[in-house]
Amino acid sequence: MTLAAAVPHGFLSPTGVEIAFLLVGLVTFGAALVTVTTRQLVHAALWLVVTLGGLAVEYLLLTAEFIAWVQVLIYVGSVVVLLLFGLMLTRAPIGRSPDADSGNRWAALTVAVAAAAALVWVVVDAFRATWIDLDGEPAGTTRVTGESLFQNWVLPFEALSVLLLAALVGAIVLSRKAKADATAAASPRTPGPRPDGGGSPDRARGAAGADQEGAR
Amino acid sequence: MHLVYPAVLSALLFCTGLYGVLARRNAILVLMSVELMLNAVNLNLVAFDVWLSRTAEETLHSGQALTLFTIAIAAAEIGIGLAIVLAVHRNRGTSDIDKLRDTAEGPDKDGPDSGALAARKADDQAGEKAEATA
Amino acid sequence: MTTTTLAALVPLLPFLGAAAGLLLGRTAPGLVRPLAVLPTLGALVLAVLVAVRQGGGPAIDAATELTPTGSVPIELALHIDGFAALVAILVGVVATCVQIYSTGYLHNDPRYPSYAALVSLFTSAMLLVVYSGDLMVLLVGWEVMGICSYFLVGHYWETAEARAASLKAFLVTKLGDVPFLIGLFALATDAGSFRITKVLGAVASGGIHHVTLVALLLLAGVAGKSAQFPLHTWLPDAMAGPTPVSALIHAATMVAAGVYFVARLLPLFQASTAAMVVLAVMAAVTMTGAALAALAQDDIKRVLAYSTISQLGYMTGALAVGDRGAAVFHLLSHGAFKALLFLAAGVIIHATGTNSLAAMSRMTGLRDRVPDAYWTMTVALLSLAAIPPFSGFFSKESVLGAAEHVITGHTEHAPAAAGWTVLVAGLATALLTAGYATRLWLLAFRGQGAEVPGLARSTDPGRTEEHRVREPLTMTVVLWVLAVPSLAFGGFAYVSLPAWFDGRSLTPTLMTSILGTGLALVGGLVTYGAWQHVTALAPRVPLGAVAAHPGGDAGLVEAEAIAAHEPAYGDIALAPDPADPGRLLLGPLHRHAAAGFHLDALYGVLFVRPVQAGASLVQFLDREVVDTYVRGAGALPRWLGAAVRRAQTGNVQTYVSALLAGAVVLTVAAVLVATGA
Repeated sequence: MTLAAAVPHGFLSPTGVEIAFLLVGLVTFGAALVTVTTRQLVHAALWLVVTLGGLAVEYLLLTAEFIAWVQVLIYVGSVVVLLLFGLMLTRAPIGRSPDADSGNRWAALTVAVAAAAALVWVVVDAFRATWIDLDGEPAGTTRVTGESLFQNWVLPFEALSVLLLAALVGAIVLSRKAKADATAAASPRTPGPRPDGGGSPDRARGAAGADQEGAR
Repeated sequence: MHLVYPAVLSALLFCTGLYGVLARRNAILVLMSVELMLNAVNLNLVAFDVWLSRTAEETLHSGQALTLFTIAIAAAEIGIGLAIVLAVHRNRGTSDIDKLRDTAEGPDKDGPDSGALAARKADDQAGEKAEATA
Repeated sequence: MTTTTLAALVPLLPFLGAAAGLLLGRTAPGLVRPLAVLPTLGALVLAVLVAVRQGGGPAIDAATELTPTGSVPIELALHIDGFAALVAILVGVVATCVQIYSTGYLHNDPRYPSYAALVSLFTSAMLLVVYSGDLMVLLVGWEVMGICSYFLVGHYWETAEARAASLKAFLVTKLGDVPFLIGLFALATDAGSFRITKVLGAVASGGIHHVTLVALLLLAGVAGKSAQFPLHTWLPDAMAGPTPVSALIHAATMVAAGVYFVARLLPLFQASTAAMVVLAVMAAVTMTGAALAALAQDDIKRVLAYSTISQLGYMTGALAVGDRGAAVFHLLSHGAFKALLFLAAGVIIHATGTNSLAAMSRMTGLRDRVPDAYWTMTVALLSLAAIPPFSGFFSKESVLGAAEHVITGHTEHAPAAAGWTVLVAGLATALLTAGYATRLWLLAFRGQGAEVPGLARSTDPGRTEEHRVREPLTMTVVLWVLAVPSLAFGGFAYVSLPAWFDGRSLTPTLMTSILGTGLALVGGLVTYGAWQHVTALAPRVPLGAVAAHPGGDAGLVEAEAIAAHEPAYGDIALAPDPADPGRLLLGPLHRHAAAGFHLDALYGVLFVRPVQAGASLVQFLDREVVDTYVRGAGALPRWLGAAVRRAQTGNVQTYVSALLAGAVVLTVAAVLVATGA
């Protein structure tokens, strides 16, 4: 470690991890760009899957494996499915829709490019020489993460469960009200959260599932 | 690995999401862009947590813990957000953000239409009344 | 009670009656009539008591200063001499008669409570003017009368004539009151007091520095109030008010106030020869001009109005020759017979349903329909025409005698020119007065044509005595009450009155008596001859507009008659009647006389139109110039507001774009500052 810290690491001689990170990063960034620019709404959701999956790979490369799998489970598994359901329920057009972008596009581009330039400049300027030593013990194994979560972060964790409960109730209320107007069918059929309380991903799924049900 | 790589990727993803939020018309696409921004933050958190867990003696792994929290909150947000979008779509028949302009100022939006309509209706009624009395 | 207390109660009683009438008019309608009549009657009784106690002796003076009022003190002061005592009795008699008459005349009028209260207030103000020994307190009564006349003349405010007349009366009298007020201030500054006795003392000792100026300023107010020549035009129009109000204003109160005021301060006017000459010229123009105009009027009340102006000219003429005894003598007798004339005219208007003499001259049987009015009006007209032995003869002869007195140089009170002016004008007016009195009598009572509505002849088989419409008793009894002084007051009074006044004899002199009576007889006979000549024309030209509700309330009939005159005849004063003897007598002058010698038109050109032009100029400046600046000041913020408003599109994405752009700019700025770049 001392050796590694002592030796300056140049950008022109990248390690294997760096090359992998760069390549996956390029794919991720490209997929993200396509997500926000494509005219086909369903494609946008699918490209979002690519982006989120790429990010999960990046987490793995950063040795945060628990978060990588949570990312795959929550985002790729449920959030994108939820978004697809949303697209279908709002009768989004299949195929190219010419008006996917609003008239605000050029202002958005200006703001985004300016923000990107500023952020990249600041980040590069600040962390030009900072080096992450990825060797040795992985930083984000399930054990490490679980210990830290249930030793140091248990109170925020429980508070978060209350937040999820509130979101769950809110989603039900919002959907039910509208549903009572449309059809009288299946309004009481909203499954509650699973009572095991086993960590946030499950709860998030429960909430998302409830919303899915209610929306339908 | 240089910290700059995840940091720059995070910044670029964030700005991409920013662009999507500002430029997309469909509300669900806007929600997707929001997810992009959240993920950019997550990447940042994870990268810095990994870096700090190597350099610092004691660490709470706050970056990873907060990432988990963010993911949970993002899931809740997407649930609520979709419920709202669906309700709006059901009531208004559209989920295009730039068509939901009820708070617009001035008589040249929406107001004059209904106002003119009401006036015409009142005129018609008055005319009918006049005819009836005649 | 002391005489002072009694005298203080005299104006106070009608005032309290007015206040009570205004307060209780709505809640206790049964009390309104007693509250109207009884305080006035009480004031009359008290005024008689005061007069008996004063008895023509030295003046009673009493004063109390309520509070210090700066350099010139204002005191609540009484000054009761023979003039004040007798004029107060006249006011009391006329006001009581008017109040009693009004109970019948305005029997069904919904606004009777406020009307009666205002008449009481009017009476109270006049009594205050009569008794007051302080010029400021006198001014209070003077102005209260002005505002009361405004309300009373405008009693029928539903008609445009009444509204215009009340405004005109108010504005014209105010036009005189402004110089009057200035004159009072100048007088009080010189004399150091508002007390009449002190002012007269200062006049006697020569303490007034600007006598002519002060006298002329005061004369303007007197001309306005007493309807003298340049400011008399409000009086004929004030006929739009109810007849009892006309009687009150013309006989005893408002117009008498000016004459009475000059009589009070006569030494001040005598100190200025110019003022006396102006007064004489004013009197001469007023009396002859108004008499000519009276000969041409068609409205019976306007005839009487011009006759009032003319008779007031006699009074100012007497003052111009320095004989206030004669002036107040004529004021008293004129008050009696003029009140009688107006009240009788009210009865006639009610009976015939019209106020037009031309229409009356086409009706028969008026003397049988209203015999009370016929007889009393005959008495009053004879008195007006100064036929002996009616009271008007004595008072008028005293005026002419005073003028002759000045001409023959028996007195140094007044310049001889004033005497000549007054005498010649007075004799000419005597001729004219007899003329228009005869014309009025002939046209009203000797008409030929259809029968008066409501008449029942004994020869008519279908009608019995029950069908005959009778005038209310309250209206006819009052006429006889007033007929007594019109008939006999002058003959009895001219001997005893000098003791109450300055002591100068009021006995008619032989010369003027023969001249005046002869001229009056000539005038009457000439008019009769002219009437004989033209009356055959009357049936050929049918005329006559009668009120829509002839059987209704007298006040209602009169209001309708006044409102109908102009649409029916094309003019408020004139009727195209070839059977009018006045038309024959005046010849080409008739048209001008009927219009009051176009003085109203002259005033319209001289004052009304410049004022209206000024008003429209001010309106233009306000609307176009001032408002332009205001609008301009408002335009810039409005444009800015519109620009800002355009930003509020309702599009959330636009808002967020602006927000984030701002955030980026701020962040970059913060980073630049932090890094010191």
